[in-house]
Amino acid sequence: MKNLYDVVVVGSGPGGLAAAISAKKNGAADVLIIERDMELGGILLQCIHNGFGLEIFGKDMPGPSYAQHFIEEALSLGVEVLLDTMVLDVRPDLSVIMMNKRDGIQEVQARAIVLAMGCRERTRAQILLPGTRPAGVYSAGTAQRWVNIEGFMPGNRFVILGSGDIGMIMARRLTIEGAKVERVLEIMPYLTGLTRNYVQCLMDYDITLQKSHTINRIIGDKRVEAVESVAVDEKWNPIPGSEEIIPCDTVLLSVGLIPENELSKNVGVTLDPLTGGPIVDNHFMTSRPGIFAAGNVVHVYDLVDWVTEAGFAAGKGAAVYALQGEVAGVKQIALKAGENIRYVVPHLLDIDSLRSESTRLQLRVTQPVEERVRIIVEDEQGDILAKKAEPYARPGEIITLEIKPDAYEMAKKAQKITINCVTVAQKQTTG
Amino acid sequence: MAKQYDVIIIGGGVVGSMMARFLSQYEIQVLLIEKETDIGAGTSSANSAIMHAGYDPIPGTLKAKTNALASPMWDQLSQELGFAFERTGDYVVAIATDQMPMLEVLLDRGHQNGIPGVELISGAEMRHREPLISPDTVGALWAPTGGLIDTFAVTIAAAENAVMNGVEVQLETFFEDFIWQGKRIVGIKTSRGDFYSRWVINAAGLFSDEVMHKAHVRPDFKIRPRRGEYVILDKADYRLTKNTCFFPTPSDKGKGIVVTSTMHGNTIVGPNSNYVDSKDDKTFTKDGFTEIWQGAQKLIPSINRRNIIAVFSGLRANGNARCLDPQVDYTGDFVIEIPTEVQGFVNVAGIESPGLSASPAIALMVIDLLKQAGEPFVKKPYWNPIRKARPVFRHLTLEQRAELVRQDPSYGRIICRCETVTEGEILAEIHAPIPARTYDAIKRRTWTGTGRCQGGFDMPRVVRMLSDELGIPPEEVTKKGTGSPYLFRRTKDLAEVEK
Repeated sequence: MKNLYDVVVVGSGPGGLAAAISAKKNGAADVLIIERDMELGGILLQCIHNGFGLEIFGKDMPGPSYAQHFIEEALSLGVEVLLDTMVLDVRPDLSVIMMNKRDGIQEVQARAIVLAMGCRERTRAQILLPGTRPAGVYSAGTAQRWVNIEGFMPGNRFVILGSGDIGMIMARRLTIEGAKVERVLEIMPYLTGLTRNYVQCLMDYDITLQKSHTINRIIGDKRVEAVESVAVDEKWNPIPGSEEIIPCDTVLLSVGLIPENELSKNVGVTLDPLTGGPIVDNHFMTSRPGIFAAGNVVHVYDLVDWVTEAGFAAGKGAAVYALQGEVAGVKQIALKAGENIRYVVPHLLDIDSLRSESTRLQLRVTQPVEERVRIIVEDEQGDILAKKAEPYARPGEIITLEIKPDAYEMAKKAQKITINCVTVAQKQTTG
Repeated sequence: MAKQYDVIIIGGGVVGSMMARFLSQYEIQVLLIEKETDIGAGTSSANSAIMHAGYDPIPGTLKAKTNALASPMWDQLSQELGFAFERTGDYVVAIATDQMPMLEVLLDRGHQNGIPGVELISGAEMRHREPLISPDTVGALWAPTGGLIDTFAVTIAAAENAVMNGVEVQLETFFEDFIWQGKRIVGIKTSRGDFYSRWVINAAGLFSDEVMHKAHVRPDFKIRPRRGEYVILDKADYRLTKNTCFFPTPSDKGKGIVVTSTMHGNTIVGPNSNYVDSKDDKTFTKDGFTEIWQGAQKLIPSINRRNIIAVFSGLRANGNARCLDPQVDYTGDFVIEIPTEVQGFVNVAGIESPGLSASPAIALMVIDLLKQAGEPFVKKPYWNPIRKARPVFRHLTLEQRAELVRQDPSYGRIICRCETVTEGEILAEIHAPIPARTYDAIKRRTWTGTGRCQGGFDMPRVVRMLSDELGIPPEEVTKKGTGSPYLFRRTKDLAEVEK
């Protein structure tokens, strides 16, 4: 190991791997990945289902195969790797404190850092789930690790709370392993994961999804014995009389993911309360010069392919910063979430970079719209920098669109750029 | 031939463990039995983790006497036993002028109970000392001798020090009945066989009424479990300015909802106070949450629901004993006695708040009662009052951490990332004098899995460590003993399902 690296990447999931590869390809000589687990790949290693790679490779791959492609590429490019090593601290001077059993506590200096710690799952306490506290209440991802990595079944009769993707994928996985998934309950009146997962994981396996339902309480002293489910109104208030006892031995929670930003917070990176991740420009540089962020640490993506793409951008940004001491041009302009848009990533657009390359926006809508919509990126004059039509817009599904270099001249003059989601009917009335 | 003991203690909560520790200084054979898989798993593990100054209990009660007696003991105890304790002081805050008379009442009780330094301060002074306190604050009672305590560690430490000095501890051992010789209790029947002893001490907490009734003592005594619900806030996101404890002004409903720092760095909020039917009913309820949250917001308006990382509830062993002093009109006092109607039985019951704070004095009182009953109690020449704390990685400086990992590389692997708990700390508990054998035991002792991911990351790793270290299959690793396994079977093993 060296004392100084051009780029140090924290985490080796898809975002970290892509960042390391891209940093190398963009001229960084010494690149180090620090990974806390025993192998490279992050959570992809436990995602043995398919659905990865359609955007980047044009084929449908399981998670470990997708990861393996990038692991091999990173290693062949000469990216250095430290496994079973935890980063304890990232400092504003771009030094990194880390620890493992073999080498103890070590410090390494970087010229640029890419934070790629991914995300964690929301817990029972965060949704204030009432009842007892027996064994048998797990996050869907923890159960997934047990089943797919360790080879153990954490239960036989399941109720899954939340229609997030991991929950639905685990419903199918557990059914294949001989377990009975009694019910998937979703408090929202709509699906929070991808429709394709609903079709492939629940419908195809005859697993019942109840929307506008939640767990009223968990029952059982030592181990889960049942849950009491309840229907809720639009304000999530339980509807009296709708309670139902569902016998089960395990409750899986798939109630959302939160970007993992403890290191970011400690080093003073500014976070966006809506995404839970750092505020970034289109190079994925955070508010701290030289500290970049890639993947689910920024916001929770739908598709790993987009994480990889973001990792490429962050890695390139980090390499440029490491070599030149800066990455963005003079003019950065905020990308504002407008009508029915919850958030947009990146938060800032480096206008200069638009001269030569497109920038992909990732956004979520606030309210579901079950009709054709247009996503419009416009300046304060109403001039349109980019637009995209979608058959519908749902909070559970990220919409992406690109601002292309042909919008450069327009962007150069813009004072303000806003992204709106409007129905086709709205669009016609407002002209 | 069953082994003969001098003293058997039923119940390994903080009261039983403290008694075991203080009894261990004498040349006697002591056995402590506990029905759970670890020491301190009941009420001692689910409370406010506060060392009460002693101004609250009604003067003349055993609650007042033992609390006042015990308070000055904690500094030395924490030094000797190596658990976290800090004499931070505490406040009772009045947020309306009509609450001020109650503060005067508490001040007077504090004087009568002999609690040093208790004084009233103005609302402005209170807001100056803790800017996060409600702007409605009109005054406060300041008790400089109150403190914060690691309630998990103190119980383990006391029991462990007892074990170091020869006390035997039997976990997962249920008391079933007494063994009699005429009117004399000479032993106990348990789920693990019979044990004979000259004295049996009832320290069974929530179950102390059932134990004493088997001894035919106080047939009217009843524990009515009173549940308290709590939430814990993420220490990274919310901290009080003052590392201390804020009580609201008490009402006829009790001490009210406390907002307090803890020795673990988290802020906790609670408890409410509701009678429940079952001694196992540790449910957390929606209504309970609303109650404690609204209560807490009155004191500290800035607390934020988004910072909640854990919820729990505990049960108070709320008894109905009259105060022994006929001058004092109080029901619900501690019972600490050697009843006259049977022989060989020490009865310690109804130990609710301030039981943790009073526990060392309760132990000394029991020893006094036994001495008065004629026990000679010869001191061991080699008694070791010191139980060293094991390393806590997150409390160390960078240099200390580096040195620790050099000495023992297992401290170089983080198992719980939110709370920075290392493999070494978990191994140390699994191999401690009283071994931690369940996930919850490891959680209470090391703080593993208590952070913002609530075990999502560490749980599979800790289950595997317990399996490896205890030499049992992963399916036999439990959260809190028999009936609480994490894993049911191996994948692909469908034969198990079809059975």
